[in-house]
Amino acid sequence: MTFDMPDTSPDIPVQTRSLTLRVNGTDRFLAALDIRTSLLDCLRDHLGLTGAKKGCDAGECGACTVLLDGRRVNACMVLAVAAEGREVTTIEGLATDGRLHPVQQAFIDCDAFQCGYCTPGQVLSALACIEEGHAGDEAEIREWMSGNLCRCAAYPQIAQAVRMAASRMEEAG
Amino acid sequence: MQPFSYARAASVEDATAASLPGTLFLAGGTELLNWLRLGIAAPRHLVDISRIPDLDRIEALPAGADGKAGLRIGATVRLNEAARHEAVARDYPVLAQAILQSASPQLRNLATIGGNPVQRTRCAYFRSDAPVPCNKRRPGSGCAALDGLNERHAIFGWTEDCVATQPSDPATALAALDAVIVTEAAEGGRRIPARAFHTLPDERPEGHNVLRAGELVTAIELPAPAPHSAYVKVRERASYEYAIVSAAATVEHDGAVLTRVRLALGSVAMRPWRLDEAEAALAGLPLGSSRIAQVLDEAFRAARPLSRNAYKVPLARNAALRAIETAARMP
Repeated sequence: MTFDMPDTSPDIPVQTRSLTLRVNGTDRFLAALDIRTSLLDCLRDHLGLTGAKKGCDAGECGACTVLLDGRRVNACMVLAVAAEGREVTTIEGLATDGRLHPVQQAFIDCDAFQCGYCTPGQVLSALACIEEGHAGDEAEIREWMSGNLCRCAAYPQIAQAVRMAASRMEEAG
Repeated sequence: MQPFSYARAASVEDATAASLPGTLFLAGGTELLNWLRLGIAAPRHLVDISRIPDLDRIEALPAGADGKAGLRIGATVRLNEAARHEAVARDYPVLAQAILQSASPQLRNLATIGGNPVQRTRCAYFRSDAPVPCNKRRPGSGCAALDGLNERHAIFGWTEDCVATQPSDPATALAALDAVIVTEAAEGGRRIPARAFHTLPDERPEGHNVLRAGELVTAIELPAPAPHSAYVKVRERASYEYAIVSAAATVEHDGAVLTRVRLALGSVAMRPWRLDEAEAALAGLPLGSSRIAQVLDEAFRAARPLSRNAYKVPLARNAALRAIETAARMP
């Protein structure tokens, strides 16, 4: 039995495109980006924004979670060219004037991480979870935070941090 | 990953006309990017349909002969948007529940209602990096799951050439609802019943669904509302996991007697598995009757488990019963 793996075909030239991505409120120009580049690889390897992490590169772990037009998505599942013209928010864009975002502060206050690898994705997912109105109680938080895996299993503290951030953000209006 | 070109379609006509050989359509990308990375697909061209105006709209259909209006969901409506839509949540709870139990919040913000049924089997041999026998991946190479790790595989409709299952939760709900998958293509569009959208191995073991090259899903049409409907998903963890089995049920009753039941099972075959004979036998039974379980027992005598998945037969039978009971209790 013989198998042929159709993964690569050297006779097809690499296709590139120059584009502008709006990341954390700033337009970032990318010259001749390989079209196959995911938004995650683009952020990390081309724009120096290494906060979003590559865990599985298959949409299974949530470590690469960013906001796209305000909605949380897995950056590994988006082609950078397909994000052209959209607003991208990464963990680097959350703090303002040197002050951590309330969700970031709550993660610290609740000790909601151990190794920290999943934390940028957890924080952005938590922010979206709260803004979607899905932080009502522990069960709801666990369901709507289920797209972010934590191999250190800091889940109780993460759920606690989401509740803390939600109530602080509500108080702050 | 083989290089490919990328273009954005401005309209459905633009997309189907631009569909050269080797073209795949890109919408949410949550499945397509995995295909590209695994080598399951190697397109020459991607046509991005996610910005086509009006393809992301949800609108009421004109009322049918029975005076009841259905709903048209544009193909690029994101799963979360579809589940959250007032008319979907109110009139088609089985679909809203199926959507919200699929994937993760992040993936549902990307994945579309038109793209979701196009997802392929999760069979580990089909998705393998290593070149193992798989008639879907490499036609003619055999089926490693037939006598291999087939705990999660089919109990209905399989052949020795393929024992895979179609994993989509929304597609299972759509099959129970008798939804129609609307397509366009350069040579003309089609209206495909959701329950006949996927391809069984006795038709074409290498097949996944009936879409032709260059054919684009443009909308999902739901017929009359099914407010008494429910989706039961059984899985190994509470969330963010594929089904072992699932059951979608729609029920109509007069307060005492079932007048119409539709049942589709998920993750038991390469297509959502409707139980036509059981549906016919359930009509006329009193609500809460012990005969309901007996009818299901009879229906599941047709199940053919594999070497490692006999446990799925009672699991699916119980899920079906629970889906009927839950649907009947819906207000």
